[in-house]
Amino acid sequence: MSDPLLSVRHLCKAYGALKVTDDLSLDVATGELHAIIGPNGAGKTTLISQLSGQLRPDSGRIDYGGRDITRLKMHERVRHGMARSFQITSILPGFTVLENVAMAVQARSGSSFRFFGAAARERVLNDAAMDALAEVGLDDRAHRIAGPMSHGEHRQLEIAVALATKPRLLLLDEPLAGTGGEEAENLVALFRKLKARTTLVLIEHDMQVVFALADRISVLVYGRIVASGTPDEIRSDPAVREAYLGEETT
Amino acid sequence: MSANTATAPAKALPPRVALRTWVAIALFAGFALVPVLAGLIDDPFLLVTATRIVVFAIAAMALDLILGYGAMVSFGHAAYLGIGAYAVAILSAYGITDLGLHLLAAVMVSAVFAAITGGISLRTRGVYFIMITLAFGQMAYFFFVSLSAFGGDDGMTLGRRSTVFGQPLLEDNLVLFYVALGFLVALYAFSAALVRSRFGRVLTGTRENRIRMQAIGFAPFPYQLTAFVISGCMTSVAGVLLANQSEFVSPAFMNWHRSGELIVMVVLGGIGNLTGAIGGAMIALLLEDWLSLLTRHWRLFFGLFLVLVVLYAPGGVTGLIRRIRGGPP
Amino acid sequence: MTSLFLLQLLNGVQFGVLLFLIAAGLTLVFGIMDFVNLAHGVLYMVGAYLMATFAMITGSFAAGLALALAATLVFGLVLELLVFRKLYDRSHLDQVLATFGLVMIVNEGVRIIWGTSPLTVPMPPLLAGSIPLVGPLQYPVYRLAIIAAGLVTALGLWLVINHTRVGMLLRAGATNRSIVSALGVNVSRLFTLVFAFGAMLAGFAGAIISPILSVDTGMGESVLILAFVVIVIGGIGSIRGAFLGALLVGVVDTLGRSFGPILLRTIMDPSAASQTGRTLAPMVVYILMAAILFARPAGLFGRNTS
Repeated sequence: MSDPLLSVRHLCKAYGALKVTDDLSLDVATGELHAIIGPNGAGKTTLISQLSGQLRPDSGRIDYGGRDITRLKMHERVRHGMARSFQITSILPGFTVLENVAMAVQARSGSSFRFFGAAARERVLNDAAMDALAEVGLDDRAHRIAGPMSHGEHRQLEIAVALATKPRLLLLDEPLAGTGGEEAENLVALFRKLKARTTLVLIEHDMQVVFALADRISVLVYGRIVASGTPDEIRSDPAVREAYLGEETT
Repeated sequence: MSANTATAPAKALPPRVALRTWVAIALFAGFALVPVLAGLIDDPFLLVTATRIVVFAIAAMALDLILGYGAMVSFGHAAYLGIGAYAVAILSAYGITDLGLHLLAAVMVSAVFAAITGGISLRTRGVYFIMITLAFGQMAYFFFVSLSAFGGDDGMTLGRRSTVFGQPLLEDNLVLFYVALGFLVALYAFSAALVRSRFGRVLTGTRENRIRMQAIGFAPFPYQLTAFVISGCMTSVAGVLLANQSEFVSPAFMNWHRSGELIVMVVLGGIGNLTGAIGGAMIALLLEDWLSLLTRHWRLFFGLFLVLVVLYAPGGVTGLIRRIRGGPP
Repeated sequence: MTSLFLLQLLNGVQFGVLLFLIAAGLTLVFGIMDFVNLAHGVLYMVGAYLMATFAMITGSFAAGLALALAATLVFGLVLELLVFRKLYDRSHLDQVLATFGLVMIVNEGVRIIWGTSPLTVPMPPLLAGSIPLVGPLQYPVYRLAIIAAGLVTALGLWLVINHTRVGMLLRAGATNRSIVSALGVNVSRLFTLVFAFGAMLAGFAGAIISPILSVDTGMGESVLILAFVVIVIGGIGSIRGAFLGALLVGVVDTLGRSFGPILLRTIMDPSAASQTGRTLAPMVVYILMAAILFARPAGLFGRNTS
């Protein structure tokens, strides 16, 4: 593989005696959709949190775009083009949908130490935010207050906010959790479209989706990567079948 | 929120003036007419009360800026009232009587004090933040108590009010009132613009969800600290006016009870909309005056009122209005 | 000089022990219930007033103390049932406001019941007088008794917290509140217990300090804020932190007030030194707090807040 966009080496994180990330190494190539699967409690969200900078690893090293980002804080990593969605919806509940996304646009367009001029009327912010909303199909509900919207709409909003930061690498933590039917189909179509322009790390329980979308899959069990490869390789890996897939794909 | 926006074509938000802005304008107009009313009913004390209300409205509004919009419950804001008041007293003692210089000194000292104490307090959140701001407020209080050259515990009487371009204009209570009202209106306009600006959005966004703001690339600390400093400076302006109004300064201006009363004003009116703070200052001071006419032990009833408001009318006046209009509190 | 230092050090320890009694209950309430209680200082004050009344009625220090303790415990329980219980789920802002209101109510209530002039409590004859320490140095027995009482209480608390089931729950609760409810414990009863016990400790502090301090309505406020400083320094929820923080604050405050001007005299002229010393001394503990927080935002023994 040529220079990976994201390269994780010997990452460790423990809560007391419990090793949630155990000497984990992982490469994500530029442009690929890399899915991470594993049973509940395997440490998937903890891994995403360390990749995004919300959680600091105990040891190990994370390189992104050729530089060491292990000690960068979450907001600094975002500035370098890394974005994430949260497994448990994390939005600004009192803001409108548009404002939620415009906030993310604002983060990357100019200084926010501007004390005058209504941010709500800035075309630069609103237009880019509307673009992101159109992409997830929320543009018709842009002026609704985000808090009371449905779970599925929150998932869409999460993605729109992440997209608005114009990421080079997008970390998606179970973006389909709790969605169903048409909502889920639309999101899957969106991910397929996103694959063309950004690198994606996807954590997802829906195996059909994972095997349909992923270029490569890594299997995480008890904080370790037990297998890594193309969907076909993973499907035929006996160790994976035993440890994990057997019980989930039936 | 209404359903009619659901299908509206989504461009930029239509410019609209919120109800609270109309209420604020009505309040300002009402204030402006107080001297006329005072003349009609021949009650000079009304003007004094109105001036106090306007001054505390400035302080409460400044606090609302960080408490309501930034979720920073500062329990030490009376310190800035005190800094403003002592700027007048100390400079006047050295023969500097100009209002502009008093304001400048008050704002600069407050900015430094807010930057240092805020910088430390904002490393923490929640109960820690409340207790630490309270402790720093108390530190300022003790500093002025021990400042025996300027009256110490007893405070000191001002010989004269601040001058404007060398003229003793503020000696006239009517002029002082309109100057105070002018500051209130100007600072309201400033604050209203601030909370709608890019900066204000970051502040409010951090209140709503700190992690989310970090996840889209904001470091909350510099924004919160800046807001904290701005709020402290605005409060010190109220302090300058307060010293002029009472012609007296004392450490009691910055006692922690004062800080508590400022929070009471903000919450009574309803947090996070600026107008509520103005209304809250009005309610709190009028209630105080009224209760103290009825009984020597008015604090008992004021305390009781507070407990009851918290337990049974959360959201203060604006919460009440919102519930009457059928929205969430 | 050395004997003065020793004397002031003991005074500092005595003050620290008193602060610990107040801070102990407060830090548990903060840590376990995430509850801001501004009314804790008035419990200390009420303890002192009740002590004054009961000591006068019974004519006995011991009987007065026992009755005052029981009464503050009841007072704490009543407050918990009437007000605090309704506030646990509320925002910090609501808690600040309601307990601030309580401070006003109780302060004014005390003025109505006991009047505005300060009360005194007679020193128990058994503990009156002084004993020699080193050389010609004498120290009041009563102050030593306060130190002893505080240390015994601290030891008792340590035993309860480290060696009983309730203590185990308290430790778990201070670290992670959801654990306690997950254990199937009646959380509401645990809260009531902690709150009433903390009230009693604060009342105890007020009662035992009353013979050497005049009892008046402002007494709860200055200690409340110093108790906050203690808790912030020690780390919220940590009894050990409260103990060390209290001793630190007590000693630094006392020594700062007596030796600050003396130290300053080495670098400036005497009158300026005493003036500067008087101005700076009350600020020393706050500067200490700021310095500790700068290095450790969660206090010496606190869990990280971020």
